Amino acid sequence: MKKVKIHITLKEGVLDPQGKAVQNSLNTLGYDGVGEVRVGKYMELFIEDSADIEKQVEEMCRKLLANPVIENYDYTIEEGVTQ
Amino acid sequence: MLQAPEITPEMVEQDKLYKDMGLTDKEYDMIKDIMGRKPNFTEIGIFSVMWSEHCSYKTSKPLLSKFPTEGPQVIQGPGEGAGVVDIGDGQGVVFKVESHNHPSAVEPYQGAATGVGGIIRDVFSMGARPIASLNSLRFGNLNTGRVKYLFEEVVHGIAGYGNCVGVPTVGGEVQFDDCYEGNPLVNAMAVGLIDTKDIQKGIAAGLGNTIMYVGSKTGRDGIHGATFASEDLSEDSESKRSNVQVGDPFMEKLLIEACLEVIHSDALVGIQDMGAAGLTSSASEMASKAGMGMEMNLDSIPQREENMTAYEMMLSESQERMLLCVKKGEEQEIVDIFKKYGLEAVAVGVVTDDKMFRLVHNDEVVADIPVDSLAEDAPIFYKDSKVPAYYTEYQAMPDYVPAVNDYAGALKKLLLQPTIASKEYVYDQYDAMVQANTVLSPGSDAAVVRIRDYDKAIAMTTDCNSRYIYLDPEVGGKIAVAEAARNIVCSGAKPLALTDGLNFGNPDKPENFWQMEKSVEGMSAASLKLDTPVISGNVSLYNESNGQAIFPTPIVGMVGLHASLKDITPSFFQQEGDVIYLIGDTKAEFGGSELQNLLEGKYFGKAPAIDLDVEAKRQAQLLTAIQQGHVSSAHDLAEGGLAVAVAESLFTNKKLGASITVSGDLTAALYSETQSRFLVSVKKEEAEAFEKVVEDAVRIGEVTNDTLLQVKHGKEVVIEEKVDALQALWKGAIPCLLKSKA
Amino acid sequence: MKFAVVVFPGSNCDRDMYHAAKDALGEETELVWYQDANLDAYDAILLPGGFSYGDYLRSGAIASTSAIVTELKKQAEKGVPILGVCNGFQILLESGLLPGAMLRNKNLKFMCRFENLVVENNKTMFSSAYKKDEVVSIPIAHGEGNYYCDPETLAELKANNQIVFTYQNNPNGSVSDIAGIISKEGNVLGMMPHPERAVEDLLGSADGLKLFQSMLENWREHYVAGA
Repeated sequence: MKKVKIHITLKEGVLDPQGKAVQNSLNTLGYDGVGEVRVGKYMELFIEDSADIEKQVEEMCRKLLANPVIENYDYTIEEGVTQ
Repeated sequence: MLQAPEITPEMVEQDKLYKDMGLTDKEYDMIKDIMGRKPNFTEIGIFSVMWSEHCSYKTSKPLLSKFPTEGPQVIQGPGEGAGVVDIGDGQGVVFKVESHNHPSAVEPYQGAATGVGGIIRDVFSMGARPIASLNSLRFGNLNTGRVKYLFEEVVHGIAGYGNCVGVPTVGGEVQFDDCYEGNPLVNAMAVGLIDTKDIQKGIAAGLGNTIMYVGSKTGRDGIHGATFASEDLSEDSESKRSNVQVGDPFMEKLLIEACLEVIHSDALVGIQDMGAAGLTSSASEMASKAGMGMEMNLDSIPQREENMTAYEMMLSESQERMLLCVKKGEEQEIVDIFKKYGLEAVAVGVVTDDKMFRLVHNDEVVADIPVDSLAEDAPIFYKDSKVPAYYTEYQAMPDYVPAVNDYAGALKKLLLQPTIASKEYVYDQYDAMVQANTVLSPGSDAAVVRIRDYDKAIAMTTDCNSRYIYLDPEVGGKIAVAEAARNIVCSGAKPLALTDGLNFGNPDKPENFWQMEKSVEGMSAASLKLDTPVISGNVSLYNESNGQAIFPTPIVGMVGLHASLKDITPSFFQQEGDVIYLIGDTKAEFGGSELQNLLEGKYFGKAPAIDLDVEAKRQAQLLTAIQQGHVSSAHDLAEGGLAVAVAESLFTNKKLGASITVSGDLTAALYSETQSRFLVSVKKEEAEAFEKVVEDAVRIGEVTNDTLLQVKHGKEVVIEEKVDALQALWKGAIPCLLKSKA
Repeated sequence: MKFAVVVFPGSNCDRDMYHAAKDALGEETELVWYQDANLDAYDAILLPGGFSYGDYLRSGAIASTSAIVTELKKQAEKGVPILGVCNGFQILLESGLLPGAMLRNKNLKFMCRFENLVVENNKTMFSSAYKKDEVVSIPIAHGEGNYYCDPETLAELKANNQIVFTYQNNPNGSVSDIAGIISKEGNVLGMMPHPERAVEDLLGSADGLKLFQSMLENWREHYVAGA
């Protein structure tokens, strides 16, 4: 079993209203040094190991998990055990 | 995983473990007597939730029995998931209000969301399609970060859940007072429409029939939620966060559609939602109501987490779960219907005839309890009642007479008070229109939803001015019911019945219990007089934080019927030239008023008086005038009195103005909160006919096109303000408070 | 004319859409469960609003992977009119039947209210009953209606006259005030506002009815009356 960690973020140039709100809020709390904030998604998948696991994950991201019009993705594949 | 060392029945008794679950020594002894032995840990847990106030009403029962609950319009009174009233044509309206105060204080988004989900399940488990929801909210003043957070997240949670399930959130109210700062109130009301032949009951009847479970899997969430709801909130409530359930509105939407299909199946015997106290209450109540017993195999319960104990499964308050009783041998029909929606219906038990509630887990009987004892044998407490010192003091006070010099200034300040200010910030986030039946949406006195394919509609409102109830619970209780009925009548409907959401402090304090007692007496008198029986309700006690109780807040949710779509009447002025009438005389009554709050920052003195005969007469006459087609708009006078009511009647995009003339003491004329008054606009040609029907109507002015609000005292102009400027203040008040730094 | 309203798990404006086509417009209409994956029998396909699959992952994303979307693409190629409203629009975007994507509303909140829309293009089979630049009142109800596309796509939308409706006062941050766009071929319209909620004056506006009337008139011109 492999554990796949996937990060999905909005593409550069796509307005991120949630990130903007978090940034304002952090600035209000006195963290003046905080510049841009981008909010994304994090997913964990537990997948049976196979030779083409990387290809599979790549496909999953493209077909469903991320929307290539607005989102980027990257992932890591690790040894994992289900919870 | 290692099993925890087993807790023996002896340990339950010796270490008084039942106390942690909210049971007293005396109750433990009663349970031992019922069982004829020492109850084990699972059994005592089951008793503790079933005998909690939330499930047993052990404190409030003696009071609830005072409510009138019958009438020719009542099809189902209190006792089932929700009440039902007749609206003709073989149709009924199903409704109920429920509180989710404590969960919302701890985790506002999920607390509010699951409150909405729970009350909607109560309605569709009766077999009704949910057609509207309302919510009645109370918060502290919007001047601390914590209160703002609670307010924003509660609204967000209601929107998140309600919008997704596709039930329009059509109305409700939000009020702000310091007493709710640590203990906000979140009461949700759901309304459903049903063909009366389809009404379902939560019964497990028929020896050998199968008990089926459907919906979300059971996890460890919300264990002891019902008990938690029956305790004071304290600092360590934060640590009870794990008690709060998480809602899944998508699952709820699937359950709605599947259950509404299942009720047409002959295989179905009974159906009930797993609400507070989860599997325990739904299963035992279904058996008890049918005069039967039940045996469940807990190994079959769909579980979300591993190694759950019987205790955890029985007390879990995981959301979006239903329990069904299905005819033996016809289970597959039910399974197939749910399967279409991607849901799995699982057989988990069987109906027995020994009146025992028996649970088997890992091949062992883990609980074996006389089932009726859970629902029926809970002790009833007759609490001590004592007149609070403050009440005696307030009654003895001379009448409070405020001094206002700047009449326009006072009006502007009143419009900025968050209780009066526009709640657009709130209702803009609610989908009020889904299902495409909403005629009058939030912002109106009552919400109106038409009944498709018929020339009729239903009106709905929630109301409760707790300031009056605090000052005088009996008078205030009458006012709460009367105000709800007033709002229904203003929309052009006849009030039918009500549901009550009784929110009070700790009943062990005799002064608090007195408040409960008196407000219930007042509400009962008004519902009797106005012919609006109480058909369902909810009790939430222990609404205190750090020893300070909330104002007594018995929320009234009321439903009325429009005999024709033509009767639907807006609360805003409609056109230039209409005559403006004030129905009802005005006295100088400022106890508990918004003006008192503005000037003094607190409430004291006497609540405004109410004469229920006068109230009933005026409501009946106004309704007749509306039904005869004389009325353009009708609005009840509430917080802030006449001045605020006239201003509100202009806050549309119709670009109108109003000119009114008042007499007598100006402060009273403009800001008094004397009860049983209405502001009505009438077409000129209808004026004569209108005056013949409504005895107490006095012509005070007319609707103009100059977009000014003008008030004259004799010949002297005392207020002249641009409507759009006033509207901007009123609209901007809450967003402005939220933006300002705490 | 025969309409199909496709119902996904979590759709919640399906019955509203049904009533708009069936009762307000007066045409034959059927609710089609998403697993009944053949739409050959219908003259037009309506994708209703709601929260298909709870809007989990992204609005419309999971619905766009279901088998019926393959069928939708087939019907779109055949030229069958397809209207996606709100979540239906989001499904059209996620399945690639229309360009672009939806972001959360600029203020991060769900909004439900009447909005004034401007008819930018009345030369489509969905908007021919409107006048060009006519202002119509149609409600919105969404949390993710902030339409986004890259500048090249936007230029293309404009060049091809694919922007059908814009907001008079942009409520959600959409690029170029876009409220509704049509496919290059002209038979797939996606819009966030809900025309099916605006088909009766009793409920506040009947401005949405013309959209359904446009579909009917165009169908009649093509397939009836000796065309």
